[in-house]
Amino acid sequence: MSKILIVAEHLDGKLNPATAKCITCAKQIGGEIAVLVLADAVDAIAAEAARLDGVSKVLTVARAENAHPLAAVYAPQVAAAAAGYSHVLAPSTTFGKDLLPRVAALLGVAQVSDIMAVDGAYTFKRPIYAGNAIVSVEAPQDRVLLGTVRVASYAAAGSAAAAAPVEALALDVALPSHTRFVELKQGKSDRPDLQSAARVVSGGRALGSAENFALIYKLADKLGAAVGASRAAVDAGYVPSDLQVGQTGKIIAPELYIAVGISGAIQHLTGIKDAGTIVAINKDAEAPIFEVADIGLVGDLFTLVPELERALG
Amino acid sequence: MKILVGYKRVVDYNVRITVKPDGSGVATEGVKLSANPFDDIALEEALRLREKGVATEVVVVGIGPADLQAHLRNGLAMGANRAIHVVAPDAVQPLTAARVFLKLVEKEQPQLVIVGKQAIDDDCNQTGQMLAALWNRPQATFASKVEVADGKARVTREVDAGLETLEVDLPAVITTDLRLNEPRFIKLPDIMKAKSKPIETVEFASLGVEPGDHLRITRYAPPPKRQKGVMVKDVAELVAALKAKGLL
Repeated sequence: MSKILIVAEHLDGKLNPATAKCITCAKQIGGEIAVLVLADAVDAIAAEAARLDGVSKVLTVARAENAHPLAAVYAPQVAAAAAGYSHVLAPSTTFGKDLLPRVAALLGVAQVSDIMAVDGAYTFKRPIYAGNAIVSVEAPQDRVLLGTVRVASYAAAGSAAAAAPVEALALDVALPSHTRFVELKQGKSDRPDLQSAARVVSGGRALGSAENFALIYKLADKLGAAVGASRAAVDAGYVPSDLQVGQTGKIIAPELYIAVGISGAIQHLTGIKDAGTIVAINKDAEAPIFEVADIGLVGDLFTLVPELERALG
Repeated sequence: MKILVGYKRVVDYNVRITVKPDGSGVATEGVKLSANPFDDIALEEALRLREKGVATEVVVVGIGPADLQAHLRNGLAMGANRAIHVVAPDAVQPLTAARVFLKLVEKEQPQLVIVGKQAIDDDCNQTGQMLAALWNRPQATFASKVEVADGKARVTREVDAGLETLEVDLPAVITTDLRLNEPRFIKLPDIMKAKSKPIETVEFASLGVEPGDHLRITRYAPPPKRQKGVMVKDVAELVAALKAKGLL
């Protein structure tokens, strides 16, 4: 039976929902699931992790050096904690992508990036070429398997009836001081997080200006949706880069995705492949976005978007 | 100081790749190959650091078959001082690539290694981090701003939560994100100049690297297709369609 260690992602004392998605992936691998919490103050995060369905225990390492998720600081601890485990997983977010390869190299093993399906304990599917091909990958069974989990492919684990036990883990690991956290400038927090939102409204270059993007924000606020953008809109300077959806931006899977004035370049479509329902509003009936849209509406966004916002009451 | 740049050749990002019908791979015959876009950004950043007087030498590194030389010439034409070609029959996996880089780092003693955050073919996003681990040095991944001074680098990183800034002691590994810079275009005179720049050839086997290609790809498949949807004629129909799907 597999023994799976999941590295918890957290910020400001709260567990990131991506962790609960890793647990769903781990359940498909099957076996005992432990969550590892590295932080300066672990209690609130550990309590949250302990209540997730499928978790058999939570391991914590509380150290001042763990206040910020520095890969160089976390990696030797994860590598030490991995002893006795068959699998180590982390979400394929910027946190997991930064950290897990460093752990893999310390352990001298390969890593399976962006696991999107579990075919067996050591066989997985993952996307390559920005999702334009899917490969089946087989990893050796005689080594610990390291994998990042593509969060768009998994629903979050629910809550358990009883909380799993929480244990402090004593690790005798020297930590480097060559990497220092300076600051984190967070995007606006009054709207849902783009990566995990159930609804997203995105705008493209057809918006024409940063001022006109107010239309997108107003519609998003009416729907309780996060705001996204195409690369063209980001490159034109209408919105900051952390709103970019697509191959080189965020890959998301909301229940509802509304693309406004987005033509649908391959690089954008790659980021929304797993969305539940895609709505496209565009004045060009030939735009490629209509090839993937579940519901399409051809027309001028500057009349249709305010009209839609009013229709939502 | 010296900067080593990872410079991988991949299928051009404008090519719509197709999976071979028998599932044995991706069709790459006759397909346009280019520098990995993130590696172009890595090279551009290294060149800018040299132009600012921070760095003195920029070395591009490629791992691959004999015909990789033309690709490395592009890196030289863009402005690198010299190139190292590690001759390997096939593409190597990230752990092997990181081990190769470590050997080159030990010999060349660079203060910075800059590589793309990921290659747009295998999308692994691992090599830079793995090298930093093996080298036991700092990593600053997904960089959107780099400032180097006094033996340290201050790097702004594009993370999911926003923009994170780290300070790292040199030597260090930096991986590039899309918005770090816009790579320059190669001009004709630079192509001429590049012809006289040196490319050092190193046989993979001579490096004494333990292969780390542990993963085996058993099958390639095209992604599942989305069903074509419906067109609505106005906002009222759109709202009705969303309500019918239980989304409003």
